[in-house]
Amino acid sequence: MKTKKLVELAKTIRSKNAGTDKITFDIIFREKENYDLMKKSKVLTKQTIAKLFNIPEERISDFVEFDPAFAIKFTIYRKQPSGSPGETDVFGCQQYPPLLDIEIPVEQ
Amino acid sequence: MKKKQLRIICPNGHLGFAPTKEESFWIGAETKPDYYCCDSGSDDIGPGPLGNDTSVSPYEWQKHDLELMLVASRKQGVPMMIGSSGDTGTNSRVDMYVEMIRDLANKHHLPPFKLIYFYSELDKAHLRRKMEQGITIEGLDDRKNLTLEELEQTDRIVAMAGVHPFIKALEMGADVIIGGRSSDAAIFAAAAIYEGFPESHSYYLGKVLECASFCAEPYMAKESVIGTITHEDVKVTAMHPNQHCTVASVAGHAMYERSNPFYEYFAGGTLDMTNCKYEQYDEKTARITGQVFIPTQGKIKVKLEGSGKIGERYLGIVGIRDPYSIRNIDKVIEWARSQVEERFSGKEYQLFYNIYGKNGVMGDLEPVKEIKSHELCVIVEGVAPTKGMAEEVTLIGSRQIFYARLPEVKGTAGTAAFVIDGVLSAPPAYQWTMNHVIPVDDPMELFKVYETTVK
Repeated sequence: MKTKKLVELAKTIRSKNAGTDKITFDIIFREKENYDLMKKSKVLTKQTIAKLFNIPEERISDFVEFDPAFAIKFTIYRKQPSGSPGETDVFGCQQYPPLLDIEIPVEQ
Repeated sequence: MKKKQLRIICPNGHLGFAPTKEESFWIGAETKPDYYCCDSGSDDIGPGPLGNDTSVSPYEWQKHDLELMLVASRKQGVPMMIGSSGDTGTNSRVDMYVEMIRDLANKHHLPPFKLIYFYSELDKAHLRRKMEQGITIEGLDDRKNLTLEELEQTDRIVAMAGVHPFIKALEMGADVIIGGRSSDAAIFAAAAIYEGFPESHSYYLGKVLECASFCAEPYMAKESVIGTITHEDVKVTAMHPNQHCTVASVAGHAMYERSNPFYEYFAGGTLDMTNCKYEQYDEKTARITGQVFIPTQGKIKVKLEGSGKIGERYLGIVGIRDPYSIRNIDKVIEWARSQVEERFSGKEYQLFYNIYGKNGVMGDLEPVKEIKSHELCVIVEGVAPTKGMAEEVTLIGSRQIFYARLPEVKGTAGTAAFVIDGVLSAPPAYQWTMNHVIPVDDPMELFKVYETTVK
């Protein structure tokens, strides 16, 4: 099956703090077709996200398909609140890169 | 007479954090908006500034951004409203902004005007009394309810103001409002509610404006946007010549920095955006309808942020180029840790290693396990009760990378490259001890409002 990387299909792929205790991830598509393709593929689910980041599913607080923005959004709990000793990313804005290379089937 | 529409300009998503871009601000100001509103804080910056009562934004940038808004709003004779003064919205930050406004008024020879400011800081003893009376301080985001122990670990607390103190200040005839910690969207919502517009559109107006040009495309920060509210809808327009508010950019912004794009919580109710309809109104403007505001049933809950000190902190910077040491980096770190433990066994300290080139940015979340870099940078972070001990913890933890005992290492004159032979004093380490809500009888009870005339 032919696949494309998410980085080729999505307009925006980002991560950012959602308050002090969570990091939220946004994947936004410019074209509805690509958004639908992504939704239909079921490549991104709570299970696959947990596997990708090597975390238990309980650490994923939300998984939302947000049609008005052609966007998929999920949120994970931090292990420690942002900016605690040992912090590596106080804004949580550099946690998305593993999403870039996810392969999405584009043809049946 | 009821106004048919109200226009509010937002010049910056976090006033002072990076300077407001002037071109789009003056383009906006020339259209004579009815209000100049901006938030100046964020919990993004970590718990340190709140705990330590400092700003992360430079004084000159904060003053620059206030100056633009003050000069433009006073020239027009319309209100200017600032929330979350000085990054954290503590009392000292409010006082600092009030002084800046006085200085600027003096500099520009402004005619007298009424300045209303309010404090959001919350006394620990006050909160303890509440808890002893049996009032539950409810945890947010899966946190447990606050314990007296956690309260004890907290050094400074701010309450997150909703629309109430801003509306109160406008009722008192404010020309300029300088607020303590505030919900960013509530600043804009307060102006619209005060002017008689529906809560649903007022809160949405705040939600879409609070980050300024982040609701427009292409991506550019610190550019001005103007929101227009009527009794029927909200419209938002980009002021920068090359930016546009589009259906995609505005809908996309609804989900920014929030775990759920459908709901936004305020002291006093919830904005429900589930049925929002986004339309392209003109080339630079998007129109939004369908938002609903659901007032809180029962007692209003106010969000609290608290920060507590963990200890003093030093940082060490260590470079590694030796390929054998890179392959065995975990053993190198283990050695350095063991040497700190040997010296401080049984004492209270924390030691962290961020290994750039391995997983320095993502830590445990990093799926790439293989080190592909020919060099590594290790940031060593040592935290301890005193400065002296924190320095020593960090110094041993850094310098022992140089002395790491690996059996087959070739470079026996040291396996670490130092930028300086020493460690760097860092701001003390703090932790967010509170991300909670407190129920109140009166939404004003945690906020103290003061009035003064600037001459």
